[in-house]
Order: sequence, then C-alpha cells, then structure tokens
Amino acid sequence: MSSDALVTIQDVEKSYGHNEVLKGVSLEVRAGEVVGILGPSGSGKSTLLRCINHLEDVDRGEIRVDGVLVGYREHRGRLYELRAREVAERRQDIGMVFQRFNLFGHMTVLENVIEAPLRVRRRPRAEVRAEAMELLDSVGLAHRADAYPSQLSGGQQQRVAIARALAMKPKVMLFDEPTSALDPELVGEVLGVMRRLADEGMTMIVVTHEIGFAREVCDRVVFMADGVVVEQGPPAQVIDAPQHERTRTFLARMSR
Amino acid sequence: MSPDTRPAAGPRVVPVRHWGQWIVVAVLVALAIKLIADIAAHSAVRWDVVFSRFGAQAVLEGLGMTVVLTIVSMVLGAALGVGIAIMRLSSNRLLAAFAFGFVWLFRGTPLLVQVLIWFNLSLFLPRIDLGFTTVETNAIIQPFTAAILALALNEAAYMAEIVRGGILSVDKGQAEAAGALGMTPGQTMRRIVLPQAMRSILPPTGNELVTLLKETSLVSIIGAGDLLFRSRQMGTGDFTQMEMFLVASAWYLILTSVASIIQAVIERRFDKDRAPSGLLARLLPVRGERKEVSA
Repeated sequence: MSSDALVTIQDVEKSYGHNEVLKGVSLEVRAGEVVGILGPSGSGKSTLLRCINHLEDVDRGEIRVDGVLVGYREHRGRLYELRAREVAERRQDIGMVFQRFNLFGHMTVLENVIEAPLRVRRRPRAEVRAEAMELLDSVGLAHRADAYPSQLSGGQQQRVAIARALAMKPKVMLFDEPTSALDPELVGEVLGVMRRLADEGMTMIVVTHEIGFAREVCDRVVFMADGVVVEQGPPAQVIDAPQHERTRTFLARMSR
Repeated sequence: MSPDTRPAAGPRVVPVRHWGQWIVVAVLVALAIKLIADIAAHSAVRWDVVFSRFGAQAVLEGLGMTVVLTIVSMVLGAALGVGIAIMRLSSNRLLAAFAFGFVWLFRGTPLLVQVLIWFNLSLFLPRIDLGFTTVETNAIIQPFTAAILALALNEAAYMAEIVRGGILSVDKGQAEAAGALGMTPGQTMRRIVLPQAMRSILPPTGNELVTLLKETSLVSIIGAGDLLFRSRQMGTGDFTQMEMFLVASAWYLILTSVASIIQAVIERRFDKDRAPSGLLARLLPVRGERKEVSA
C-alpha cells in the first residue's frame, strides 16, 4: 500500500443473493488523483462507488478513506458494521454526486447547499451562506439561488448537486454517472464544472460513459467487467491501446 | 394585428349541446322544490325553536367539547401515527409486525365498540399497575379520557397508513443524498423525507379531520358531553328532538366546512417545490427556465 493513497479498496466482494457483483476488487486512489471507472452496465462499477461511502455494505474486504474504515469497526481481525449514526459521521468527508441529481425538492438551491454544513457540521449560518453563494457562483448558478430544483434544467440541477457536495469540503468526490440522465446538449456544462474541479486538485472517482472526458481529464482509467478490474492505467494506454479483448470490445461499442 | 380585429374567415364553430344534462337538471330541481314544499306544508318541525336553540349555552358547551375532542385526538393520533408508520417501515421485523398488528386491530374493529370497551375497561382490568403505584381503573377512565383514548388510538391507525404511504412516495434517492452528506437517519427523516411526504400526507389527513369531527358524535353514547350528546339531552328534555338534531347538524356542517378551508390553506403552503402557481405566475411563465427533466 503506497503511503499517499487516500482511498484504498482491498479485495472487496459483494453479492445480491446469488448474483456476485464484485468479485474481489482492489484499487488505490492517491490524493489529488482523478480516476475514471469505465465498463459495461452490470460490471459493478456503480456498486463499487457506492461501497466507498457505505451506501452499500460489502461482504468481504475493506475500504478505507484517509485511513478510516467508513462503514465498519475493526476488532480482532473482524469488521463489525457501524450504526447508521456513526456511518453518517464518517461520510462527512466524502462527497457524492448522483446520476439523478437527488436535489432536495422542497428546498431552494441555496437551502440545498447550506443544509449539510448547517445541520451536520453545525457551522454558523452567515459563514455557510457566504461560502454557498461563492460555490454557486463558481458553477454559474448564483442567480438561481432562490429557485426550486423543479424549475431548473437537468444540467443546472447537477451543477447545484456538485456545489452541494463541495459545501462539505470533502476530501474526495464520488461521481456516479453524473451525465447519464442529461439531455445531450446539457452534458458539456456539467463536464466543464468537473474538469475545473479536477484542475483545482480535487481527488475524484468518476464512474462514467463519457470516453472523451475520461481521456482528457482522468489521470488514470480503470476498466471493469463482470465484477473485476480488467485493466487500468493512463487513459492513453487503456483507451487508446487496450490490452484486453473485453476492453477493446467495449470501447468499440461505445465509439460507434 | 390582434385576433379580434382580424376579419372573420371560415365557417363558425358551434360546440356540442348537452341536452341530456339539462333534462337531468330539470328533474332534480322539480324534485327538490316538491320536497321543500312538502316539508313546509306538513312537517311538525318548529323552525323558531331551531333558530333560538342554535346559540343555547348547552349547545355551545357541547360544540366546545366536540372541538376539543377532535383537536386532541387528531394531534395525538397524528403523532402516534407517525411513530407507528416509522415502525412499520423499520428493518426490524418485530417492530414492523407490532405496527401491523396495531393497525389491524384498531382499523378492523368498529370505533363505536372501541369507545364502549375503553369506557368499560374496569370490567376486565379493575386496577392499572403503573409500576411505582397502582390505581383504580375507574379513577382514570372518565367519559372524557375513554373518548380521547378511543378516538386517538383509532385515528393513529388510520394516520399510520397515510404517513407510511407518504414516506414511501418520496424517492429513495432523497434519503441517499442526505445520508451521503453525513446526515443522520433522524435528520434525514425530519428534514428531508417527512417534509416532502407531507404533500401526499396532507390531502387524506384533511379528510381524516372531517371524518373525525363527525365520528366524535359516537362518544355521545358514553355521555362525553359532545355536541350531539348535549343537543339530544336538551331535545329529550322538552320534546324537541328533531329541532335539536337539526341544530347539531348545522353546527357539524359549519365545523366540517371550516376544516375543509383550513385544509386547503395548509395544502397550498406545503406545495412549495412546485413552481409558483399563483394566477400571475401562470399568466407569465418564465420561458426556457422551467424545464422538467424527463427519463
């Protein structure tokens, strides 16, 4: 295990009933690294991402974020699942952006962004508000601060969702197919925000189907299929000169 | 050129005429007139008594009791109902089974029977052991407490089902997003899920309130001093039963109407995440901004 790894995933296994979704996945992500996870649907890439902040539990193996087991406590060589309250506390430093945005529908854009810093971090309102407005400005939506999510386009909602996650000042950001639910003409604005975030040095793990984004923005690309990591490396290697047949077939299908 | 100054072109369009509907209206009006005429000509109801008793002291006291019974039972029933609903949705099977049993029992037996059982509780539970002390059941179970117990527990069973449906109607992604931000399950429920569940909880709750208002009349059987009980008392005293039934009915109608108005006002306040739906907002849509996301 290298010393500067921020996220370490070790031999993680997970099944739903008889369906093995993750068959022993290991992966390390260094601080400041942007890792793209590609793979056909059903390859387990979203599940792996959701295991990192313990939205899903694992059957075997361990995941650490900044040295901390997110969903478990280690005791005499066994991992005991933590109570929901304790998990909540350990999730505070992990930001997540969902495919379907999941903005809180009964709150305005600004309220969405300040909710967690106020209630979870219990920071002063004026300070949180000022920071939220800055964040909204950085995703180009300060002028929509008082709008409700249903009044925004999908691209705008996803940019707010990114600002909402960033408001917690996370150490790592998880993106679960952030552009898959968007109309094609709205994909660019969301990828633009993510690209800038990457340039600012944020550690990011991005499950995506956007090959172009993976090639240009990611430091490393991981290709998953059938619950295992098939190959990984710099985008120039994995995307442009894949070693495995599975990867080649997938990429050929994607570029068509 | 505005539409009205444009010269007429093409044939005039005549909408469908619904003759059948007008025939039904005519028949209904005729029947109503006949009924009113018959009542006016033959009925023995003394309308002057109805009007003079409308504000009688006993009637107003009964009215007050009905309002108190309704509000207290509704508040207790709603609070308990939320708890039962959350238990019903719990991952703990025993808690869920308990909640199911509660709803099954209190929804499955007639409210009138429940009222009678609570009132006569001392027959099979003469003393209640509170742990630190024991009290005579009859010392606690007065008509009022029996009425509140029966109404609130019954209401809780119905509210539990309404709240459960409301919670299930909120997209699972909402709770996931809250959890991913580090919110605890309690915070997630209070701040994120329940407020959004309100939109589907409120309309049926308004109906519950109206139903409960009328159902409080059932406790008149144990002499709980409600509107119907006090009205009947007055009516049997001086043979004005029908007059007093009309007085009570008029007051129940007024109460249920007020409840309906309150319901409409509250529902509008909780409809926040829909875009502003006022008249002005509908006349002046913000083009391009309001885009619903599909798929």
